[in-house]
Amino acid sequence: MYEHDVIVVGGGGAGLRAAIAAQEQGADVAIVTKLHPVRSHTGAAEGGINAALRDGDSWEDHAYDTMKGSDYLGDAPAIDTFAKTAPEEVIQLEHWGMPFSREDDGRVSQRPFGGLSFPRTTYAGAETGHHMLHTLYQQVVKRGIEVYDEWYVSNLAVSDEPDPNDRECHGVVAWDVQSGEIAGFKARDGVILATGGLGQAYDHTTNAVANTGDGVAMAYRAGVPIEDMEMIQFHPTTLPSTGVLISEGVRGEGGILYNSEGERFMFEYGYATNDGELASRDVVSRAELTEINSGRGIDDEYVYLDMRHLGEERITDRLENILHLAEDFEGVDGLEEPMPVKPGQHYAMGGVETNEFGETCVDGLYAAGECACVSLHGANRLGGNALPELIVFGALAGRHAAGEDMGEPLIETGPSDEADREELGVPTGLPDSDSAESAADGGEPVVDARSPDDVVADAEVREEERIETLLEREDGVNHADVRANLQQSMTDNVNVFRQEENLEDALEDIQEARERYQDVYVADKSRTFNTDLQHTIETRNLLDVAEAITMGALARDEFRGAHWRKEHQERKDDEWLKHTMVTWNDGDPELWYRPVLLEGHDQTYEPKNRSY
Amino acid sequence: MSTQTPESETETETEPEAEAEPPATKSHQQRRMDDKRARAEARDEAAAQAATEFEGETVELKVFRYDPEVEGKEEPRFDSFTVPFEKGMTVLDALIFARDEYDSSLTFRHSCRQAVCGSDAFFVNGRQRLGCQTQMGDLEWPVRVEPLPHQDVVKDLVVEMDHFYDQMESVQPFFDPDELPDGELEEQRQDRENRENIKLSTRCIWCGACMSSCNIAAGDNQYLGPAAINAAYRFYMDEREGEQKRQERLEIIEQEHGVWRCQTQFSCTEVCPKDIPLTEHIQELKREAVKENLKFW
Repeated sequence: MYEHDVIVVGGGGAGLRAAIAAQEQGADVAIVTKLHPVRSHTGAAEGGINAALRDGDSWEDHAYDTMKGSDYLGDAPAIDTFAKTAPEEVIQLEHWGMPFSREDDGRVSQRPFGGLSFPRTTYAGAETGHHMLHTLYQQVVKRGIEVYDEWYVSNLAVSDEPDPNDRECHGVVAWDVQSGEIAGFKARDGVILATGGLGQAYDHTTNAVANTGDGVAMAYRAGVPIEDMEMIQFHPTTLPSTGVLISEGVRGEGGILYNSEGERFMFEYGYATNDGELASRDVVSRAELTEINSGRGIDDEYVYLDMRHLGEERITDRLENILHLAEDFEGVDGLEEPMPVKPGQHYAMGGVETNEFGETCVDGLYAAGECACVSLHGANRLGGNALPELIVFGALAGRHAAGEDMGEPLIETGPSDEADREELGVPTGLPDSDSAESAADGGEPVVDARSPDDVVADAEVREEERIETLLEREDGVNHADVRANLQQSMTDNVNVFRQEENLEDALEDIQEARERYQDVYVADKSRTFNTDLQHTIETRNLLDVAEAITMGALARDEFRGAHWRKEHQERKDDEWLKHTMVTWNDGDPELWYRPVLLEGHDQTYEPKNRSY
Repeated sequence: MSTQTPESETETETEPEAEAEPPATKSHQQRRMDDKRARAEARDEAAAQAATEFEGETVELKVFRYDPEVEGKEEPRFDSFTVPFEKGMTVLDALIFARDEYDSSLTFRHSCRQAVCGSDAFFVNGRQRLGCQTQMGDLEWPVRVEPLPHQDVVKDLVVEMDHFYDQMESVQPFFDPDELPDGELEEQRQDRENRENIKLSTRCIWCGACMSSCNIAAGDNQYLGPAAINAAYRFYMDEREGEQKRQERLEIIEQEHGVWRCQTQFSCTEVCPKDIPLTEHIQELKREAVKENLKFW
């Protein structure tokens, strides 16, 4: 058994920032990550980092824009904390040497981004995430923070009290991908989940192959509520053939969207008569698909994003990376022709429920970054707000886990006895079946746990059994088939435009996939670098998160932010100023609600009509 | 084991070496843009035929296999997979198809699919390339995929990266200024020109292609290698660091297994998937070292 004060799961932006913060607070901290840190998907972020740095801007304006962007589903204490802390965190990155793009006076440049009332997006070319990731990793190297890279964390070591609010997290179980060694990792002070996105639940996504929602699924099965899972962002400008992202920076710098008629549809068809291409992402994605569905798409599939008029000098100075991406992954020269783009799954606004310090309801368990739902982005995340979230809440979770007293949080966490449970009338959760054994089960909280060491040791034994079971089966279902069917169903049924019938179809497909998963087997019997085994376990995580996404989408019968419902074309503030919460409930998921907090430490927000 | 076993019949198939780069009369940026245009023209021609040409076509993928634990795989071998070809298909796409459709145990690192995570550098038709960035249609068929040469193989296309990481981390690859501005919200100033100087060096994605292509690194295990020297360059050239740190960095760069080992063969520059002018950076550091040494004479 390995042992540290703080264990950080994941080596992307949030995980690295959390580890640095915990270490600065005096903790012995280790990062356990399935990829080497520099391989993390933070590195693919392109556009930038929002922070109110300049005269004429203020954190209050940033907070207001974020709340409006969230379509009033963000929690004020999270938004205020975020907007207030972002400037110091961005300057911290600069002090750590991040190569930001610069103004003539040598200061950090900022550009306009969708949904922002001030050009407050700092950036480093169109590869901001890459530079942020490497800058943070450099600081981890400098500090000698221990990194267990290519160790796959497959479960949490959480005690088994009946009420999740009483449970404690004492560590994780992981295996060394290279050698196959399975080991418990005891965390004396806390475990921080920073596992990133879950885009692999979809077929067309900007997310990496590694973005399989591991942290969300593990916390969920340990009893932590997951929040607003239906809120999935579809980025309006992804390359049609691969899903590779074309940064919002292109539109920020003046890029224009055209339909097949050569019309600038954002204005001409009234989707966003003020901000046009720079409206919020949900608005632009729906506009594009409406154009395509009305027969004004190209090849019935995509629209054009044109940046040629910006000129070669400006493009190579600020967006050069876009030229390479368009060429390498779509065979298009952005200097000579418009780039084909269509919406693609990009970001999960929802995730593991936390308070504004990153704590979950399970004592000692934290979450930060995309896997968490603090809730900052509500129903729609603004471009440029993901990277600052990583550093703001990564740092807070790291410091809190290492023992800093931050006072009483305003955001409540954990399953609530008072809340009514919503009945969806569609089967969800683990299928009733005698063969439901540990392999399909994903690991329930440990029975008869005593000391923290026992909790970790028991969790380790369970993971060993689960892996043995998967490896011992001689034949069965290949996880890749289950995953492919799931991704297809999610893309067909739980996409930008949603309707009741399709959502129910998706839940049926997921049930079927769960049944097939019970017979899943791992063909590769080797302990050495067994990616077949790893992907099989990841697929289980995708089933759990995809189901929660669809449950939330079916329950929320209104149109808010990224969540559009055919039968319900308006935002219903009287009924729906509340978060959807899903709890695992030992395999029989429950859906319930928690009110949105529009009142923060400093200011109170009034829901307004959201137009751009 | 290493890929440089008798197994490597690839030498005969190696593509002709491109000529060494012309003298730097144009900026690196300019050259890249020119290249890009040339490629775009070639592509337009190819596209005209492509649409119909590949209908129903399949491509053979020959993949290096090795697993120390599995019977029949302890001795390296090549497996062939027949993959339906589609326009736009990359080497990574073909590998994923082969794995998901034919053999789940086929093992390779990959994650982002967009040339930024640096996981999938392989030896494709005798050259270091990123799988996700390499079009099957641009290669001679059958396509042969091997692990990066000069690195120990863990399994199939997965190589041991620890030595590469050790070299990367041995050059103090972190920003370390002598002093910072007083105010907490006060940024350091950096000239646009200075940022431009370090820009290309900051693009490194740690894929290891350069190190694998380098003859010197193959013969001298302690040689820092192109990527690590490029990391040193990135910080040495950054005007935000102070004079004292520059001197420390110079000592690392100048050490016995540092810049002077480079014999300017340009192989690293040739294979870099992010087009970093690695050899130029190494040469520039040699000049810096000479300049500094003269100062103290």
